[in-house]
Amino acid sequence: MRPRRLNLARRPNFAIGAVLTGLVILAGAAAVFFTPYPVDGVAIGSRLQAPSAAHWLGTDMLGRDMLSMLMKGAQNALIIGFVTVGIGLVFGAPLGFLAAMRPGLWSDVSLRAVDLVFAFPAILTAILIAAVYGPGVINAVLAIAIFNIAVFARVARGAALQVLGQSYIRAAEAIGRPPLDIALRHVLPNAAAVLLVQATIQFAIAILAEAGLSYLGLGVQPPDPSWGKMLKDAQTLIFTHPYQAVAPGAAIMLFVLGLNLLGDGLRDALDPRIHAIRLL
Amino acid sequence: MLSYLARRVINLGGALLAASILVFLILGVLPGDPAEVMLGVGATPEALAALRAELGLTANPVLRYVDWIGGLLVGDMGTSLAYRAPVAELIAERLVVTVPLAVAAFAIAVLLAVPLGLFAATRRGGPGDVAVIGASQVGLAIPNFWFAILLILVFAIHLRWFAAGGFTPWDENWALALKSLILPALALALSEAAILTRVTRAAALDVLGQDFIRTARAKGVSRLGVLLGHVLRNALLPVATIMGLQFAFLVAGAVVVENVFYLPGLGRLLVQAIDQRDLAVVQNIILCLAGFVVLVNFAVDAVYAVIDPRPKESRR
Amino acid sequence: MTRVHSKYRLGALAAAVWIGGAVTAFASGDTLRIGVTLEPPHLDPTAGAAAAIDEVTYANLFEGLTRINEAGEVVPGLAESWTVSDDGLTYTFALRTGVTFHDGASFEASDVVFSLDRARAEESTNAQKGLFSAIDTVAAPDPATVVVTLSRPEGGFLWNMGWGDAVIVDPASADGNMNTPIGTGPYRFVDWVKGSKIELARYEGYWGDAPAIPNVSFSIIPDSAAQVAALLAGDLDAFPNMGAPETLSQFEADPRYEVAVGTTEGETLLVMNQRRPLFQDVRVRKAISHAIDKQAIVDGAMFGFGTPIGSHFAPHNEAYVDLTGVTPYDPERAKRLLAEAGHADGLELVMKLPPPSYARRGGEIIAAQLRAVGIEVELVNVEWAQWLSDVFRGEHDFDFTIVSHTEPLDIGIYARPEYYFGYSSSTFSGIMEQVAATADPAGRKALYADAQRVLADDAANVFLFQLAKTGVVSANLKGMWRSAPIQANDVTGAYFE
Repeated sequence: MRPRRLNLARRPNFAIGAVLTGLVILAGAAAVFFTPYPVDGVAIGSRLQAPSAAHWLGTDMLGRDMLSMLMKGAQNALIIGFVTVGIGLVFGAPLGFLAAMRPGLWSDVSLRAVDLVFAFPAILTAILIAAVYGPGVINAVLAIAIFNIAVFARVARGAALQVLGQSYIRAAEAIGRPPLDIALRHVLPNAAAVLLVQATIQFAIAILAEAGLSYLGLGVQPPDPSWGKMLKDAQTLIFTHPYQAVAPGAAIMLFVLGLNLLGDGLRDALDPRIHAIRLL
Repeated sequence: MLSYLARRVINLGGALLAASILVFLILGVLPGDPAEVMLGVGATPEALAALRAELGLTANPVLRYVDWIGGLLVGDMGTSLAYRAPVAELIAERLVVTVPLAVAAFAIAVLLAVPLGLFAATRRGGPGDVAVIGASQVGLAIPNFWFAILLILVFAIHLRWFAAGGFTPWDENWALALKSLILPALALALSEAAILTRVTRAAALDVLGQDFIRTARAKGVSRLGVLLGHVLRNALLPVATIMGLQFAFLVAGAVVVENVFYLPGLGRLLVQAIDQRDLAVVQNIILCLAGFVVLVNFAVDAVYAVIDPRPKESRR
Repeated sequence: MTRVHSKYRLGALAAAVWIGGAVTAFASGDTLRIGVTLEPPHLDPTAGAAAAIDEVTYANLFEGLTRINEAGEVVPGLAESWTVSDDGLTYTFALRTGVTFHDGASFEASDVVFSLDRARAEESTNAQKGLFSAIDTVAAPDPATVVVTLSRPEGGFLWNMGWGDAVIVDPASADGNMNTPIGTGPYRFVDWVKGSKIELARYEGYWGDAPAIPNVSFSIIPDSAAQVAALLAGDLDAFPNMGAPETLSQFEADPRYEVAVGTTEGETLLVMNQRRPLFQDVRVRKAISHAIDKQAIVDGAMFGFGTPIGSHFAPHNEAYVDLTGVTPYDPERAKRLLAEAGHADGLELVMKLPPPSYARRGGEIIAAQLRAVGIEVELVNVEWAQWLSDVFRGEHDFDFTIVSHTEPLDIGIYARPEYYFGYSSSTFSGIMEQVAATADPAGRKALYADAQRVLADDAANVFLFQLAKTGVVSANLKGMWRSAPIQANDVTGAYFE
């Protein structure tokens, strides 16, 4: 394959996506060192304040600074996204490659296992894991990660099969190149594009999944803030304090939007024919 | 091809068996005791023991599994520990809410997405395309429970067009039943519509780039004629595939929307049953959902096999 | 009638059919539409602890020998009157006549014998079997008389017979009550759309005064935002027990609704597991009590609904003693006490929180308050099933938990060393033994006061606040219970103005 000029910066999708995700990464990184107020700083006397100079985004039901919670929430969103996608890639991609390159019993069994995972929608897995091990961010991450392993395995296998069908691979096999060499030299680079695009999608889905799980009380646990939990807490207040929902709602929306745009931009730049899987 | 289908049928059975064992094992390690949940803090140890015996919780796990599967094979799902009613009946009552809800959401999504996707594909790169893609991006980015509450705020509280939630049973008044599903279906349809728009657009672009379309246009077939006669037909297969897979997720994902609109759907029954440790209900619902996904996969594969007899791998 | 007029009417009619669909189905005044948070697992109050069962069935569907009214007093139910022997061991009930069950079966003394024997039988799955533990024999000398003999005096026996768990059922229909409840109440069961609503209708054969509203429907709405939405959209007449206190302020300003704030029997506690050696040290328990600002918790978690308490007793009870000053909020003293007990370097503890918002939100506030005195608390949210098996029973694996004890007059639990608190005090147990042996009301009152003081002085738990009952009721709906001496929605006295 001939390398193509990517020219990512000229693509509006990619540029907007990069800016939005960059902002979140910045906020999350800043929260490691500094938040305007402590995120567990309960102050009942100053609860439910509208945005002001002291609290740029106002305060929540327990008087905590919304900006600080949002920053810390960005950090949690990034951790959830990276961990779930990371686990998915690290375990799913090799599984998919192996299934493609070594057809047989192992391939069959692992593919059946992947099918089985798809048979349990992530939200269901999360509910079950939470019921067994208690609600918590680790269990939510685990549920999303298991699902991601299956997604990446399927995508990796599809991409690998496409590459393996090419004549130069057959030539390489014919001259006795070891399989690992073929995998690393040919399969991985060609599958990288689709895996990367899929990663941005799964990242976005992880953010939404955490929000959904938080709605059911199974996401990040207090006093650690998460955007989903903030949005859930704002829900009963929508009739009296609607602005409470604006900050976390906008954060989730813009981050997911950013990730999706980033993915689209990458896809257009790398290979417009990429077919990513999108299941919620 | 028959042997291919036969193999798939065997796989199907294996997958269902594996799913049932998995579910049973997970529930086996579930902490909490249904009898304690039912009798609460005032219960005496004797009453708890009596209830455990009555519910059949004291039996050996292997026996309970065999009992469950044996029952399933003859169409008996057992009795709910909490409701004390036949599980099959409980699930059936909920399916008449959840399935129409999912179907309605799907219909809305398809009706929105297919025209929008086709439209965007024909205007590739133009303002119309950008608008559709932008809207679908936003649709993908809104958590559905939040969209649901916004719908309630506008249509139930301000405009008073709909009730804020609840469900009128079909046999009481089918029109009202349908009406009580409209807002939830909209809430559920948003992200589906966004996904389907993208899939349709991509599939249509694929088809539009092919020679036979140019030929058809050259032969003087109108733009709309090409779109409906050729593009739509050829783009429908990938769209249908995604729809099949997405449908099961819709049924499971409906739990959140069912909660906001307090609909008596399957998802809510599942969450409630887990809360109450109503194992008989939980294991059957999960197996039903898993079985449904497996069946859809099977059906999609079978349809592919019929219309496109090449082996699965070379189709990608 | 002019043409324009009739056209307008047609349009309005169409609009009414479309817009007001849900409203026209229940003509106003015909049906009382009540919202409840939790769905009952089934509708047999004699076979389950869920408060949701009583919230639908109590007094509406089922009746007992006695009943408990809104003020928490015992009043006649199916027993018109009763006499108690001097030794307090024999209760003779004179039953009402002309009473029928909803299936037409007549109510007689033999039904009472059946119901009470069934509840206390060995294979009984009654959730409150303890209510019947003092009963020795139940006899029916004639169809309108029941004689209950006790094996020991029990001051609260008539009260016990007023619980939902002690209602009278018919032998012929008892086994079907879970799904088709048949009682003697003024309403009969019509339909239950599981997961959605339960419908009752007036029972025309009722022995007493017919209730004013012909139909009642209970809608099950677990999501607290949906509860508010349903009320705002006009889909409900009352939500007697709202899930989220932060939503009440808007109803106070809304002329269509009235916010009904009443009392409950729920003493909300921060329980310290005294099976842990750490909490056997009274200095640590006192330090923690001093570290907690109860009013801040009431304000923060309950938006001001609730009354701080200083011991395990309901403020509306006449034997209540205000002991909130025994361990006042004083973080400095808390730190000193912790240092004295050898924990100057701080502590790390686990708090398990069941689902109600008082616990989850209260936990966050308490964690912040304890952090201020050097105690780091890890919050662990658990479901009820897990709370019951890990905290309440089993290994009692917790340091702290927050829970509201809603049983009426339940101070006696501190005399049970096997109880999950792990608290034991011979002084307290002695007082409780005296209470059981004292029939004189003034004497009992004095003993209860002593008991409350012992618990407060011992800092047996942190007594946070008395849970309020916060409901929203349509302005034209009268006669609903404001307070909850027991967990019930007795709608028999409700009417629209």
